[in-house]
Amino acid sequence: MALDVDITASAPIPLRVRFRVEPGEMLALVGPSGAGKSTVLRTIAGLWQPARTRVAVGGETWVDTEQGIALPPHRRRVGMVFQSYALFPHMSALDNVKTSLHDRPAAERDAEARRLLRLVHLDGQATRRPAELSGGQQQRVAVARALARRPEVLLLDEPFSAVDRRTRDTLYREVRELRDRLDMPVVLVTHDIAEAELLADRMAVISDGVLEHEGTVGEILCDPAALRHLGLRDMGASLSARIVAQEEDGLTRLECAAGPLWLPRVEGQAGNRLRVRVMAHEVLLAREAPVGLSALNILPVTVTGITPGEGPGMLVELRAGDERLLSRITRRSALALELAEGQSCHAVIKSMAVARDHVGRPVD
Amino acid sequence: MDWTALSVSLQLAGWTVLLLLPVAILAGRQLAYQDFRSKGLVEALVAVPLVLPPTVFGFYLLVTLGANSPVGQFWNNLFGQQLVFSFTGLVVASVVFNLPFAIQPAQRGFEAIPAGVREAGACCGLTPWQSLWRVELPLAWPGVLTAMVLTFAHTLGEFGIVLMVGGSIPGETRTIAIAIYDRVQAFDNEGAAIMSAVLLGISLFTISLTFWLSRRVGRRLG
Repeated sequence: MALDVDITASAPIPLRVRFRVEPGEMLALVGPSGAGKSTVLRTIAGLWQPARTRVAVGGETWVDTEQGIALPPHRRRVGMVFQSYALFPHMSALDNVKTSLHDRPAAERDAEARRLLRLVHLDGQATRRPAELSGGQQQRVAVARALARRPEVLLLDEPFSAVDRRTRDTLYREVRELRDRLDMPVVLVTHDIAEAELLADRMAVISDGVLEHEGTVGEILCDPAALRHLGLRDMGASLSARIVAQEEDGLTRLECAAGPLWLPRVEGQAGNRLRVRVMAHEVLLAREAPVGLSALNILPVTVTGITPGEGPGMLVELRAGDERLLSRITRRSALALELAEGQSCHAVIKSMAVARDHVGRPVD
Repeated sequence: MDWTALSVSLQLAGWTVLLLLPVAILAGRQLAYQDFRSKGLVEALVAVPLVLPPTVFGFYLLVTLGANSPVGQFWNNLFGQQLVFSFTGLVVASVVFNLPFAIQPAQRGFEAIPAGVREAGACCGLTPWQSLWRVELPLAWPGVLTAMVLTFAHTLGEFGIVLMVGGSIPGETRTIAIAIYDRVQAFDNEGAAIMSAVLLGISLFTISLTFWLSRRVGRRLG
């Protein structure tokens, strides 16, 4: 059952958002904080109701202000993971999950709650209260509690923002695994583009309450117009790569469509595929193949577009094999290189400039 | 020692607590969660008994509930007895006068629940009623308990209102606080001292019980 959302409001914050999420698909709502992303989730859950709203799941209308329909939150089958988890502090992890199962026969509840805790790798912590769990464990309880509702829609509101980076990596992997097993629409709110890219199928960019761009993750991340709303520091493109070999000096050799890539050790085996996010401001351009350079990765590319920025910078769109790459350079450099569309040049990427969490988890 | 007076006092306090418990929960919850235009006014009205001298408050109640008042006549027609100078009248007066002691701590209790936790209850499919029982009361109960203990202890010690609305009818409206006053008037200092000590003991016990219970809850939720 697909989720259809259509929201229009002018106060207290202006909202103009319309999207559809298919079953089994994860849509990431991205955009600066305060853009209204969480408000959209709260509207779907029924915790908030903008002036003109329509939310429907499959054939069932949850809210339609024009028809005067509005189901209260407890009658909508949503699984919501709150930013601060909002676990019930007076209940054990198991009882937190069981609360979502209160409409099931008593005999089933315990077994089902334990199954869900096992699913999020928390079977050993069932009797602990939230205060006795780490941030990552609390997040898992919140996920299990949301799934226990047997939701028709799963809503994740910045679910990874309160945990440390290492925990986040683990949680990412778990959410990805989980996502592959779920067949409901999932909406993820995040301000972290890399996170959206790792987890989501599609992306919707929300800025000042308005849905500006929507598309597949690949499309959005290469679209300078969409990326404008996300801040220059977040501009980047993602390359699909395959692990070729683990080398002795700690580097991993990968192969992407445009040529070989060396990155600091990437866990995985030869043949594994993964995505590598390359930030636009980390990509250097050279007209001739550079020599005597410390950077290891030099890919032949073709200029496909040049977009002047508001400051001294320019965004250069490049074609690398059959994929896109972005480079942010100064207007002065672009002039000096006499860059123009259709021109061949070389993109230079320092191995050490690719952040660890910009490298996706390998898949076979 | 006037055991009858002590019994009247305990019954009065018991009834007041019993009647105010649902009021405290529903009104405190409403005031904690809802933002409405007249909220400030409602909160001020609830707090009035805190600042008004009990005799003044008692006087107004006497006028409102008296035999010639609409309320008093209504009561008389219904039950064939007057409301003032009866135990029932005392209970009514005590309930009204204790509103702030019951509602305010309960309101603080509900206010302490993070909004997200309440919303999570709804997202777990709990109806507002289920959410009250399973999520809100277990979290707000130190506040509700404080409310009830304060109400109880305060009713035991109330003097001015009881005298104004109830008088001093033995076995009906003579509470222990009134009995102590009577003893002093009769130069029976020894009797007054014993009853005062009993009242002090009960008050200390109830208050320490609350502190002990709230500390235990605090540790549990740590």
